[in-house]
Amino acid sequence: MDVKQLKITACNVRKGIIEGVHSAKAGHPGGSLSAADIFTYLYFQEMNIDPANPKMEDRDRFVLSKGHTAPGLYSALANRGYFPVEELKTLRQIGSRLQGHPDMKGTPGVDMSSGSLGQGISAACGMAKAAKLMNKDYRVYTLMGDGEIEEGQVWEAAMFAAHNKLDNLVVIVDNNNLQIDGAISDVMSPYPIDEKFQAFGFEVVHCDAHDFDSIAAAFNYARTVKGKPTAIVAKSVKGKGVSFMENQVGWHGKAPNDAEYEQAMSELNAQLAELEG
Amino acid sequence: MADVKKIATRDSYGNALVECYPDFPNMVVLDADLAAATKTGTFKKAYPERHVDCGIAESNMIGIAAGMAAAGMIPFASSFAMFAAGRAFEQVRNSVGYPHLNVKIGATHAGISVGEDGATHQCNEDIALMRAIPGMVVINPSDDVEARAAVRAALEYVGPVYLRFGRLAVPVINDKPDYKFEIGKGVTLRDGKDITIVASGLPVSEALTAAEELAAEGIDARVINIHTIKPIDQELIAKAAAETGKIVTVEEHSIIGGLGDAVCEAIRENPVPVYKIGVNDEFGHSGPAVKLIEMYGLTAPNIKATVKKVLGK
Repeated sequence: MDVKQLKITACNVRKGIIEGVHSAKAGHPGGSLSAADIFTYLYFQEMNIDPANPKMEDRDRFVLSKGHTAPGLYSALANRGYFPVEELKTLRQIGSRLQGHPDMKGTPGVDMSSGSLGQGISAACGMAKAAKLMNKDYRVYTLMGDGEIEEGQVWEAAMFAAHNKLDNLVVIVDNNNLQIDGAISDVMSPYPIDEKFQAFGFEVVHCDAHDFDSIAAAFNYARTVKGKPTAIVAKSVKGKGVSFMENQVGWHGKAPNDAEYEQAMSELNAQLAELEG
Repeated sequence: MADVKKIATRDSYGNALVECYPDFPNMVVLDADLAAATKTGTFKKAYPERHVDCGIAESNMIGIAAGMAAAGMIPFASSFAMFAAGRAFEQVRNSVGYPHLNVKIGATHAGISVGEDGATHQCNEDIALMRAIPGMVVINPSDDVEARAAVRAALEYVGPVYLRFGRLAVPVINDKPDYKFEIGKGVTLRDGKDITIVASGLPVSEALTAAEELAAEGIDARVINIHTIKPIDQELIAKAAAETGKIVTVEEHSIIGGLGDAVCEAIRENPVPVYKIGVNDEFGHSGPAVKLIEMYGLTAPNIKATVKKVLGK
């Protein structure tokens, strides 16, 4: 997929996020939008997957360690063809397959249940270690929040990944700099993120989370790393793509009202028209 | 019973892992720097390529196990009960229980029979914690034969299983040709009509001794071994309640949330009086395991005395 097509797809993924969260009247748009381009790149370019066969044995795996940004994952999965895009409107409703946080039992394409912060990376390490033990060549990706890495378990998992030389594991840190209580540097600074992962034995690469050339370079570089895991520190903007949500901590876990929904969709439609024009 | 064979169920765990691996090639054994104590070291010696030491990081170990299970392996995550069920409770709930992954948790050093290490390492709350998780199977074997059978049964079952093992050597009581282990099925070790003693794990052999001595005094006590605390054998317990009218439960666990409470739940629609012997809402202590077992009343003399008191004899 070329960069223009990736940008168009990411715009559609963002529209799906807004649809879902607006319809649910709850959910987490900010961190879903900041990771929308990463979700798009993973599901439309990077990973070896088959939407018609979500449980394909040797598929690449993705664990959404920052599980609250499920609207972003669901929108990527729907746009990729795992289930109808229309279903995004059932987000968080009784009887829906789209739970508030990912549920691997119910949702096609979800490789691991997650949502309690710090736990997804451990499961991703388990999957990557299993590949080594079973002589499989699939790769494992996990997306973390920059606030999430305040959890101690993350560093237990990081130690495990390096100790076991999991070069089939890529940890992406969505570095949008905001958590519920404010800027991560104010609440409980995890900086310097890159040096911490380096110290734990990772190869570390930076990227601009909203520039597909930069994203591609990071993921392509990760494929060349041998004998250790890779961490991609992806500098992002929380709420990216919807002007009034960008860099606003208040949009971490709040749904747009009808007027805000209209504005968000019209902004995204305008971006789409410009890309397609 | 001086010359009876005694084996700690943690040893049974390590031996069973070695016995079972050839039949279950997807198996992997995890530990958190306690392989020498949990006896997964026995497995490590036999199959080092399938033993993964996670270091002193139990929360991560449970997550690693979850990821391995999601990828089609059958992991046994091993640590002391205190850390497997206690420290890593939320990881067990959210990363294993909620997705109903095929993870087996081998928890050793359960209860007060840990001995000298004292209260910080004597977990008397693990059964309560584990059985509160939807879909979790909880097994508490009473001896070597049952512990090894439980490991195999856990491997054959698809879904999360919590296996509870002890540090102290306990008498082998199930070494019989017709012994059969089935998850969720209690075992009537001795029939009786006056009262039912329901025991699980370490005190099962003491309950049997108590019943034999009571018989000599004209009291006919039924003894039921509940190795699977969840799902519990509701039918067997309800039948015993109806036929004997009174129940004494014996467990090496807090009387809050353990076997005694599970028995009460099993007969809640047709209740009979239930008298619970166990750790009575307190922490443990340092000391020799055998002395502690006496102190907490998990012995034949105390079971006997309790039964007689209940029956007014």
